[in-house]
Amino acid sequence: MIHIPVLRRGVPYRSVEIARTVHHRTREPFVEISQANSGLIRRDLLDQETAARNLAQFKVADLIAICRRAAPLFLEGTLPLGGQPQTPQQYVEQLSATTGMPHVMVRRNMQKIHGVMAEMESVLTGLTRNLDLGILDTGHGSVEGHAVSYFPRGRSLGVVLPNNSPGVHSLWIPAFALKTPLILKPGSAEPWTPYRIVAALVEAGAPPEAFSLYPADHAGAGEILRNTGRGMLFGDVSATRAWGGDPRIELHGPGYSKVVLGEDCADDWEKFLDVMVESIVANGGRSCVNASGVWTPRHGDAIAAALAERLARIQPKPADDETAAIAPFADPSVARRISAMIDGGLDEPGASDLSAPLRGERLVEFQGCSYLLPTVVRCASPDHGMANREFLFPFVSVVEAPQAAMPEVLGPTLVVTALSADRAFQAKLLASPLVGRLNFGPIPTIRISWDQPHEGNLFDHLYARRAFQSAYAAD
Amino acid sequence: MSSTTLAPDLAARMEASRRELDAWTREVVEWHFNPDTGTPFWLEYAKTLDWDPRREIQGYADLDRFGNFQDEWLRGGPVRRWVPKGYAGRPVYTFETGGSTGVPKSRISIDDFRIDYEAFSATLPDDAFPKGADWLSVGPTGPRRLRLAVEHLAQHRGGICFLVDLDPRWVIKLIKMGELGMMERYKQHVIDQALTLLRAHDNIQCLFTTPKLLEALCEKVSLKKIGIKGVFCGGTEMTPQFCRFATEELLDGVYFAPTYGNTLMGLAVHKPLTPENGYAIVYYPPSPRAMIEVVDPEQPNRIVGYGETGRVRLTTLTKEFFMPRFLERDEAEREEPYEKYPWDGVRNVRPFRKLSTSVVEGVY
Repeated sequence: MIHIPVLRRGVPYRSVEIARTVHHRTREPFVEISQANSGLIRRDLLDQETAARNLAQFKVADLIAICRRAAPLFLEGTLPLGGQPQTPQQYVEQLSATTGMPHVMVRRNMQKIHGVMAEMESVLTGLTRNLDLGILDTGHGSVEGHAVSYFPRGRSLGVVLPNNSPGVHSLWIPAFALKTPLILKPGSAEPWTPYRIVAALVEAGAPPEAFSLYPADHAGAGEILRNTGRGMLFGDVSATRAWGGDPRIELHGPGYSKVVLGEDCADDWEKFLDVMVESIVANGGRSCVNASGVWTPRHGDAIAAALAERLARIQPKPADDETAAIAPFADPSVARRISAMIDGGLDEPGASDLSAPLRGERLVEFQGCSYLLPTVVRCASPDHGMANREFLFPFVSVVEAPQAAMPEVLGPTLVVTALSADRAFQAKLLASPLVGRLNFGPIPTIRISWDQPHEGNLFDHLYARRAFQSAYAAD
Repeated sequence: MSSTTLAPDLAARMEASRRELDAWTREVVEWHFNPDTGTPFWLEYAKTLDWDPRREIQGYADLDRFGNFQDEWLRGGPVRRWVPKGYAGRPVYTFETGGSTGVPKSRISIDDFRIDYEAFSATLPDDAFPKGADWLSVGPTGPRRLRLAVEHLAQHRGGICFLVDLDPRWVIKLIKMGELGMMERYKQHVIDQALTLLRAHDNIQCLFTTPKLLEALCEKVSLKKIGIKGVFCGGTEMTPQFCRFATEELLDGVYFAPTYGNTLMGLAVHKPLTPENGYAIVYYPPSPRAMIEVVDPEQPNRIVGYGETGRVRLTTLTKEFFMPRFLERDEAEREEPYEKYPWDGVRNVRPFRKLSTSVVEGVY
């Protein structure tokens, strides 16, 4: 069986405490993952200075070059994994085995990660708003004649990672290029991607001590977030709530992303059906940027019926089928409980599952795996308990609400795709603190431009600007 | 080794220990159920039975007839119903377990903690816990038996015990309130006091503390350099990985004695930790004064096979306290007897696993 070790500043460590993650289909143990005890993590984190100092010796330009070299290695190379070689195809199959994600989706996510590494310079340019990156090497410089100085806000970035989709790993990679060592806690079912990214970067010349990976329990995750200067947490509502008051931690909770139609476009809703479907379904509905709501001033019934008809075509397919569009649940009990939760929500009058007559049962078995088939819920009111929900499969609520009530009625929303050319409505959306990412026009919520900030700007999270003056001549 | 291939001398010793256990069981039951010496709780309980424990309990296995001891019986008063008449007039302690919410469980004690810790003392190596050396105990005091027990252990070995208190009920409250920063500060407050004592008293060579406090102490100081020769560690769950980490990275050669004990049982002894057996933590109860067994959670009268996992069941058999067939909130693997302890042990005790029923909502 494959064994994945802890990485302590780049050095593999085999724990006597092993977690065994099962294959989603056979339920047989598939991989052994060494678990780091929280005391070990704490002790390692007493010295974050060495790795930070070593990484600081590289110029940002050098680190960008390492990322560029790592990109094809990640996508196409054979890289070490726990002392054994891992080909790209093995990576795809292994990730699929423990998460259920179809191969075609894994490959799309690989492309996404490849893109971020290959285009790191452009990513950093976007995040730093075109700052001369050499300023991060010297600590100070000049921008348009003004003295500037930036300093790192922590000696490392601790990241508690999720299982849902490998694409999210694109979010932390730029920290390496920004000279910040990474302390990662991989998800229990998805250690594959962070290990492969780190292996590619090290193979491309990154100092191994810049990367620590600590598979661990919740206590271990807490140690990482408490003891690193800056942190990033992917988690559900309760996990993120616990860290809500800590400005050191950037939170990535549920997205509640939405497609919103304005008064001027609502009558043309059929033109935007493809955008809605892609927003809901792409990546199997497993991303925080997938739409879980379509909000419109009118035609809610028709939109919901049309979406239900389109989504009912989606059926489970084998993991290696290139047209697979949904993933099974690695833990069948989770699928059962989510489906029961939705049924419970529908008991409240004022909502119905429009997919049910077209689709049959929501929870189905295919080749021994549990799937939740796409579900379109039509809610009569924005106040209904099912109007603003998000689940780990293609699920959408269609809700009618007057444009005047938006965006307040939407609640906090990671991505809004606003289908409206109404300047006044656009201005309201632009001014709203409730909207994380904003797309004007028919851009699927799932389409991400990585030079844009995502739930906070990583550069601002890692660096702060200080006032600076110097009486000495420039070097 | 399997139970079918035991060395003949071990088999004989197991048989002897079993005979001793059966005889001791009869003696303890006779004591607690005799109207002259008995415990008010058990004398009342006997009135509800249609059989006579003094006559019908002839061996340890017969204790199944009592069913499982209910922990609710230990919550609330009157606590004097647990004091055997045979000990009337003796000074009585009451020790508590748990209690972060609600009424804690109480157990009375007179000399048991001294007897248990003197027996445990005999298992400690003198080079690691030198006779005459002083001790530092950093951990729960208050209503817990641990404070008096560790202090007695030190005194029994000719030492004086310095104490730093930690209130675990407050720690649990801080965690429940999400006040993790405050919890860290409280821990640091405890560690600061411990460091002050360690630096001020050269003759402190032995340490008792909990796993978390041991980690925190070792973040600040090398115990070896400051003069500690042996660490007795307990109070909360320990994993094999923790024991390996402590041995390899925290202690720098200082002797490490992990223990499993609680107010209701007493103190178990551990088999030496070795890398060869994966730093498995194997404990043996202080038979015949207490027995730990591993039972099928669904049928608590069925003891699981060697190496199999089950729920930990505790039976305490002393003249101060009789507690038959108590189901702990722990699980473990059943471990074979061995030369030193020819009765069942338990491997890798940890909290009894409960199936998670929470649903993760949202995609992140």
